Amino acid sequence: MSGWLTRNIPKIVVAPSLAAVLFFVYGFIVWTGYVSLTRSRIMPRYDFDGFGQYVKLFRTPRWDVAMENLFVFGLLFIAVSIALGLLLAVLLDQRIRAEGAIRTIYLYPMALSFIVTGTAWKWILNPGLGIESVVRSWGWESFSFDWLVDPEMAIYTVVIAGVWQASGFVMALFLAGLRSVDQEVIKAAMVDGINLPRIYVSIVIPSLSPVFLSAVIVLAHLAIKSFDLVIALTGGGPGYATDLPATYMYAMAFSRGDLGQAAASATVMMMTVAAIIVPYLYSELRPRHD
Amino acid sequence: MTDATLTSAPAGRATRRGIVRVALRGLLYLLLALFVAYYILPLFVMAVTSLKSLDEIRAGSLMSLPDSASLVSWATAWSSACAGIQCEGLQPFFWNSVKMVVPAVFLSTFLGAVNGYALSHWRFRGANLIFALMLFGCFIPFQVVLLPMARTLGLLGLAGSLGGLVLVHVVYGLGFTTLFFRNYYVTIPVELVKAAKIDGAGFFTIFFRIFLPLSPPIIVVTVIWQFTQIWNDFLFGVSFSQAGTQPVTVALNNIVNSTTGVKEYNVDMAAAIIAGLPTLIVYVLAGKYFIRGLTAGSVKG
Repeated sequence: MSGWLTRNIPKIVVAPSLAAVLFFVYGFIVWTGYVSLTRSRIMPRYDFDGFGQYVKLFRTPRWDVAMENLFVFGLLFIAVSIALGLLLAVLLDQRIRAEGAIRTIYLYPMALSFIVTGTAWKWILNPGLGIESVVRSWGWESFSFDWLVDPEMAIYTVVIAGVWQASGFVMALFLAGLRSVDQEVIKAAMVDGINLPRIYVSIVIPSLSPVFLSAVIVLAHLAIKSFDLVIALTGGGPGYATDLPATYMYAMAFSRGDLGQAAASATVMMMTVAAIIVPYLYSELRPRHD
Repeated sequence: MTDATLTSAPAGRATRRGIVRVALRGLLYLLLALFVAYYILPLFVMAVTSLKSLDEIRAGSLMSLPDSASLVSWATAWSSACAGIQCEGLQPFFWNSVKMVVPAVFLSTFLGAVNGYALSHWRFRGANLIFALMLFGCFIPFQVVLLPMARTLGLLGLAGSLGGLVLVHVVYGLGFTTLFFRNYYVTIPVELVKAAKIDGAGFFTIFFRIFLPLSPPIIVVTVIWQFTQIWNDFLFGVSFSQAGTQPVTVALNNIVNSTTGVKEYNVDMAAAIIAGLPTLIVYVLAGKYFIRGLTAGSVKG
């Protein structure tokens, strides 16, 4: 008995956490997936009904807007964050005085909830109070920056704030990558008379491809999960012009009381994340033979 | 990377190159300073606005310093601002967050340490699969668990309670805490554990005598990570709390979006700073560990 206990103690210790994860993660995913195949409205119903909820979802204009927004936002958010993050990392890598302090400032948005910093962003982007009125008070009377209240442009304000929040993090990833580049190779290239920009473009940056991959994965994952950003900045408005799948799902679940649509939209989100994360985790966790 | 210092260049060319280099350095610092301004702007706007009076806000500009700084709006934000119909300020919700964060951080960190230890040094069959299952749990979009979680909390009698939020944060924090500890413990030599086993030490003796004393760095990373995540959480807070149990982020959002009465921007900004202050302080004091947690979540060894 005590021999069995000693042998199995590691398993017994991990068991509660494993049970919790199986139930609260995988069990719940299955539950949501199943409810998306029923006619649940305010209360869940458990009689199978096929893919009706998905047909309805893909015919809903508001969902179309949310998916379109995710595409536009995701693409710009990832591209601009990476470009800016890489630029900042390269700039910071030039033996800068006060590097630590500057790095701290670039990265602090990641430590704060966007519900907090969104309060300021909402104000800065507000045409009557923010940048527009400041520039006008400087004498440029016709200056206009009203994207926040323009249904066509509002999603780009979400991009601006999202990039502000995440680019410092991308910078930290790239900076760590730059610091691990072999200095000997760079010295050799310099002795050969190759100038610094060329060295970066053709030697240093190509060697960072694993960092690019990590950054794209993390940012894509952040983009799909973005919720606070939209809630704090636009509340999904004007109208539902800045809805993302995450806010759409929340609206269906908690204000519309349409569980079937909420479950279907959550399942679509889940599939999208899984399509990105599963291959990545698989390649990261695969035992290395070198 | 490195500065090009070519000592063999002739004297005339060297001075010209020197001038170019000084100019480039100047440009570099200018660029860095511009970006500093971009990142600091929202925080700066929040700080100066929270110190101004409403009249001054309406008359003046977004970025101007206050004529006469006053902490009145801070006091209002803390103790009498209205979130919906409740007008007790941010204070009760701030303490809600504290009551939620402390047990949730403690429990998830402890479980992560034990799991990480068991999964890294007592490799039983399926250990890697279990780790992969837990890890994937960190990356799911939480929308997919909101509905069943709401029902489960109801069945457990935890609906709308702080206890329910603690449970939620522990469960969905486990993946990351286990990841942190596992990746840290993997670097501890197997020989150490083998020797201890030969000496007759068991699972827990080895954990408490050998692993825990080696763990302070990773404990700091994990605690800071979990603290920041849970304090900043909005989605779970807004979904699973009710009038009296909202965490500070949810209350802040209610104050800011409160539509009754005059919009008090200075109070909004003060409330936002108060809600963000704990994580900001932790970040300023221990940013190094925060960054380590952040990058550990994206690059695994």
